[in-house]
Amino acid sequence: MAKYLLLKHYRGGPTPVHDVPMEKWAPEEVDAHMRFMNDFAKRLEDSGELVESQALAEEGTFVRYDGEGRPPVTDGPFAETKDLIAGFMIIDVESYDRALELASDLSAAPGAGGQPLQEWLEIRPVMWTFGETVAD
Amino acid sequence: MDEPLLRELTPAVIGILVRRGADFATAEDAVQEALVDAVRTWSDDPPRDPKGWLVTVAWRRFLDLTRSETSRARREIAVDAEPGPGPVDGRDDTLRLYFLCAHPSLTPASAVALTLRAVGGLTTRQIAEAYLVPEPTMAQRISRAKRTVSGVRFDEPGDLATVLRVLYLVFNEGYTGDVDVAAEAIRLTRQLATMTDEPEVAGLLALMLLHHARRDARRRADGSLVALAAQDRSRWDTTLIAEGVEVLQTALAQDRLGDFQAQAAIAALHADARSTEETDWPQIVSWYDELVGLNGSPVVRLNRAVAVAEADGPQAGFAALAGLDPALPRYPAVTAYLHEKAGDLPAAAAGYAEAARAATNTAERDHLTRQAARLNQSLRS
Repeated sequence: MAKYLLLKHYRGGPTPVHDVPMEKWAPEEVDAHMRFMNDFAKRLEDSGELVESQALAEEGTFVRYDGEGRPPVTDGPFAETKDLIAGFMIIDVESYDRALELASDLSAAPGAGGQPLQEWLEIRPVMWTFGETVAD
Repeated sequence: MDEPLLRELTPAVIGILVRRGADFATAEDAVQEALVDAVRTWSDDPPRDPKGWLVTVAWRRFLDLTRSETSRARREIAVDAEPGPGPVDGRDDTLRLYFLCAHPSLTPASAVALTLRAVGGLTTRQIAEAYLVPEPTMAQRISRAKRTVSGVRFDEPGDLATVLRVLYLVFNEGYTGDVDVAAEAIRLTRQLATMTDEPEVAGLLALMLLHHARRDARRRADGSLVALAAQDRSRWDTTLIAEGVEVLQTALAQDRLGDFQAQAAIAALHADARSTEETDWPQIVSWYDELVGLNGSPVVRLNRAVAVAEADGPQAGFAALAGLDPALPRYPAVTAYLHEKAGDLPAAAAGYAEAARAATNTAERDHLTRQAARLNQSLRS
């Protein structure tokens, strides 16, 4: 088994196939999209492959250390940044091909006009933190 | 409360329920519930016959579970019948349970989870923790696995090779939190070895014991890896090594060599040496040759190249890499090591850095990054 992170971007991915912002969809199209996302997570739990699924708010800020006893320095909200992550899902699957298949299914979430959104999803292997491999 | 005893009794009790006519999936749930009862009540009032107690309580649980699903009429028939006689031989039932839980129709991850629950007696929560997934996800994985094998006859002949692969996965891949899964894999393999003379079972047990013996020396307190050459060999567990060697010798005496026996033989030669310099590398290379003959996997040939370099020098190691795909995992790490042995430090440093970027395991990545940093520092000074 291997864990993969599926990242959904508001911005920063390859050029979207369909680029109608959600607020311009019909309300029932928005509902259908949300229902698809919830059902997808449920389906993965039922198949024993879901680790976590979370959406992220658009607003975000960069933070850094600024020396002992000093308050953290912030920069943002980063409205200008190119890359903006909308949410993530972590899956635990048998193979890379299975991860691709699931990401592709997720990308078929319905969009405007009920057509598959064909949204680009980024897929990243999660590193193991255990298991014996190297050293000897 | 004797939890090891409970876990040991688990497969035999499931076997008895199945022989009395219970379906495997419900029997397994019933026994898990009986285990919970036992944990709760035994410390105050331990039974004289723990196994009999578990069978009685699990059977009662089974009846409750089945009656609550009245629509499943076929089960009712089994329930209304008087309990049949107990098993002729509990060991056979336990062996059959190993086969069922490693049935070829299951994916490896499902087989691992089902084996840990039904043969190992672990709870779903403990298994979920070992594989770092949420408990509901693991519960689904287990119940799907049970559905997958629901049509398999309990006494269907099984394949030991698939059971060994599952136990090997348990040994290698679990995260040790509440339960030490590597120790659990050893316990299950040890139990299996009492039920069969198949030399590969003993080979796998020996391999696990010899690896486990080095576990404390292989990691620092912070979890970082210590390469074999740098390990404090006084911290190797000599009792486990002695047992591993003995188990291996008995297996090898049967003269039916297999992968696990050959791997255990290599581990035994490492365990036997006081340092990397004193290691019998030519002998290790000849075991790798056996392994290549049994299973010519690229990973085996990659590891063989390292042993060849130790025996005959880095150039021989490079020559042994011929024909292997550089895209193999660990290929850059092996070439970096060979470059270092050959004295080409810039190539070695670059190779370790490349290998670190390609690593899929954080401990391995950190280890390779340190190797690159160490060489780059010595190149600067």
